[in-house]
Amino acid sequence: MSFSNPTYLVPLLPLGGFLANFLFFRGNRRAAPLVALLAVGCALALSLYLAAGVLADPAPRVDSLPWLSVTNQVFGHFTISVGTLLDPLSAMMLVVVTLVSFLVHLYSMGYMHDEPALARFFLYLGLFTFSMLGLVVSPGLFQMYIFWELVGLCSYLLIGFYITKPEANQACKKAFVVNRVGDLGMFLGILFLAYYLGTSNFAELAPALGRWPLFAPAWLPLGAVALLLFCGAVGKSAQFPLHVWLPDAMEGPTPVSALIHAATMVAAGVYMVARTYAVFDAALLGTVNAPLVVACVGGFTSLFAATIACTQFDIKRVLAFSTLSQLGYMVMALGVGGLGVTAGAFHLFTHAFFKALLFLGSGSVIHAVHSNDLRAMGGLRSKMPITGATFLIGCLAIAGIWPLAGFFSKDMILDAIKEAHLMPLYVVASGVAFLTAFYMFRLYFMAFEGPAPEHSHAHESPWTMTAPLVVLAALACVAGLAGLSWGGRSFGDYIRFDRSPTLSADWSRAESLARAQPAAVGDYRLASAAWQAPQIPAPAAPAPAATEARESRAFTFDLSVALPATLLGLAGILLAFGVYRLKWVDPARVAAALGPVYTTVYNKYYVDEAYRWLLDHLYYVLSAAIAWFDRHVVDGTMNGFAWAMQAAGGALRRLQNGRTQAYALGMLGGILILLGALKVLVP
Amino acid sequence: MIPGITLQHFLVLSAALFSIGAYGVVTRRNAVGVLMSLELMLNAANLNLVAFNSYLHAGALAGQVFTLFTITIAAAEATVGLALVVSIFRARRSVRLEDVDLLKG
Repeated sequence: MSFSNPTYLVPLLPLGGFLANFLFFRGNRRAAPLVALLAVGCALALSLYLAAGVLADPAPRVDSLPWLSVTNQVFGHFTISVGTLLDPLSAMMLVVVTLVSFLVHLYSMGYMHDEPALARFFLYLGLFTFSMLGLVVSPGLFQMYIFWELVGLCSYLLIGFYITKPEANQACKKAFVVNRVGDLGMFLGILFLAYYLGTSNFAELAPALGRWPLFAPAWLPLGAVALLLFCGAVGKSAQFPLHVWLPDAMEGPTPVSALIHAATMVAAGVYMVARTYAVFDAALLGTVNAPLVVACVGGFTSLFAATIACTQFDIKRVLAFSTLSQLGYMVMALGVGGLGVTAGAFHLFTHAFFKALLFLGSGSVIHAVHSNDLRAMGGLRSKMPITGATFLIGCLAIAGIWPLAGFFSKDMILDAIKEAHLMPLYVVASGVAFLTAFYMFRLYFMAFEGPAPEHSHAHESPWTMTAPLVVLAALACVAGLAGLSWGGRSFGDYIRFDRSPTLSADWSRAESLARAQPAAVGDYRLASAAWQAPQIPAPAAPAPAATEARESRAFTFDLSVALPATLLGLAGILLAFGVYRLKWVDPARVAAALGPVYTTVYNKYYVDEAYRWLLDHLYYVLSAAIAWFDRHVVDGTMNGFAWAMQAAGGALRRLQNGRTQAYALGMLGGILILLGALKVLVP
Repeated sequence: MIPGITLQHFLVLSAALFSIGAYGVVTRRNAVGVLMSLELMLNAANLNLVAFNSYLHAGALAGQVFTLFTITIAAAEATVGLALVVSIFRARRSVRLEDVDLLKG
């Protein structure tokens, strides 16, 4: 690993803070937060420095060491390496993660001030930051998977941080188990990719994909592998149907919700899909249209969660469903492909800021009101001016009002969907834009406007809590401007997915080779030898066609997209204003009029109950059958052996009667039998 | 070597003696009786040794010498056996073998 590229230090700094806290400052309420804050602060400074370097020279830089060498039947041997990969995508994530993490550390010093287990909290935060940064800089799928599981562990620990609270214990277990379901698929996907392509490094993955039809068996289309990978994202980024853990994860402390369950960890799924997008894209050449599935899952989740968010009364749950919805937006954008990959990553970038802002703002509110219930709030804007103002900025940003961050990224997503001519998804995305504006301003008007409830002693939070809010609010204002062209370069010029120009040719050649020499395909080694000869030629000067394909992806106003989206957002705000501020109608009467529809949405479409039913009726029946088999067949065999042994012993013990003469008789009889046998057998 | 009496006579006698001894060992209830029957069996073996020696290897002495050893050991064995019987009697006031069956499965 070359020391000229200090990327590896970014994750190691928080790890150092974690270890220092673990070894020297356990239970030290004074030092532990400062150590953690300092470590993350250094990581933030380094990330900014690295990002500046990437802005100057966006070429990816990989530093890796071989870690494990495994025998692979297809390619002889296969090396798993660990190290760092620094390219625009990871640099963006590094900045987002360290920045939000730093602000959350600072915020937590105020928010968790009265918490007895403060040091433990900062211990976990440090471990999480390390894991997330390790995930971000992974140069290959295996390292990513390791850190993927580590962030899952940290998420588990932090959701269950209030160890005396039964709901928190339930929620952290739920999060862990639900994530395992997705991770299993992801792990299978990684293994298939590594096995049939001979590499798991992101840099080598894309050029190798053209060989897929040659090496992989016919029953395993690349699209299926892409969808297996996507399973991991479905779990981690809480897409339908594995979304159920995220709303419950709000049992954790609010800063954790902001850091892990809004800005960074849940975006890891989106990041992973963007990172491996070549696999999804190449799947289009095969039989399974994986990107379309991704887009549909994302679109469905975003609409599904947005409707639920309109009905909830727990401030954090509204934000949780909003996060689900926005993650669905990103996933939908990724599935659209082309500009969508840029748009998804861009939305991840802007969303991290305004959603962290909203969560931290809600934490500030909860800190002041000592309740999560929106109905217990009201009129907080005058009592908490900074929180109120920054929260309003966050709401405007997520609603996509120009010129705040959400406008640009949302617009880019809509552009991408329109470019791909996916009208149903376009309608869904527009509907979600409307609903987002509505539920966010419903939240805003219920909490910050209107009459304050009696006996309200709410007051503004300390500076450690408001300072992060102000910084995030500023970022929520300006982050979107990254999408504009600055000196001829924009966000989309750095982070973009371009199909390898030789992919289609490689693919069809591999396919014809596989068809022409089925025997050769059977013998992978032979096939790989045959493949060596015409392997991908060294990329000479970039073909003119490729340069042409790299059209600028600077943000452009397309009024036919931007105008309806903005109008929808404004309509949502207006509706929320009318209903929750001017009281045109009583929301409770609307809910009653909607009857079962409202109840269904309010109960989150009974997905949890459906899982419960499935578990009770399918899983438990299956388990009961297996338990019966175990108890009766497996245990029965064992018990049968034991019983037979005992019975035989019981019968034979009669021989051992303690009478010497009986033994003597036995010996005599034995001798006689032996003699008789001798007589018969020996002539 | 006694004229008119062959090795077979000795062997039949010895076998009879051994069988009587074995019968006694298995059936006597009195421990002393068992010990005596045991002596009979030993003596049957001694008789065999002596008879084989004089009929088959007339010049050799091994059979006779071995018999002397056996008699010595039989005497020692009788001593130990009787000592055991005495100590059993002291402990249990009985020399009936069916009373001494503590060591059983």
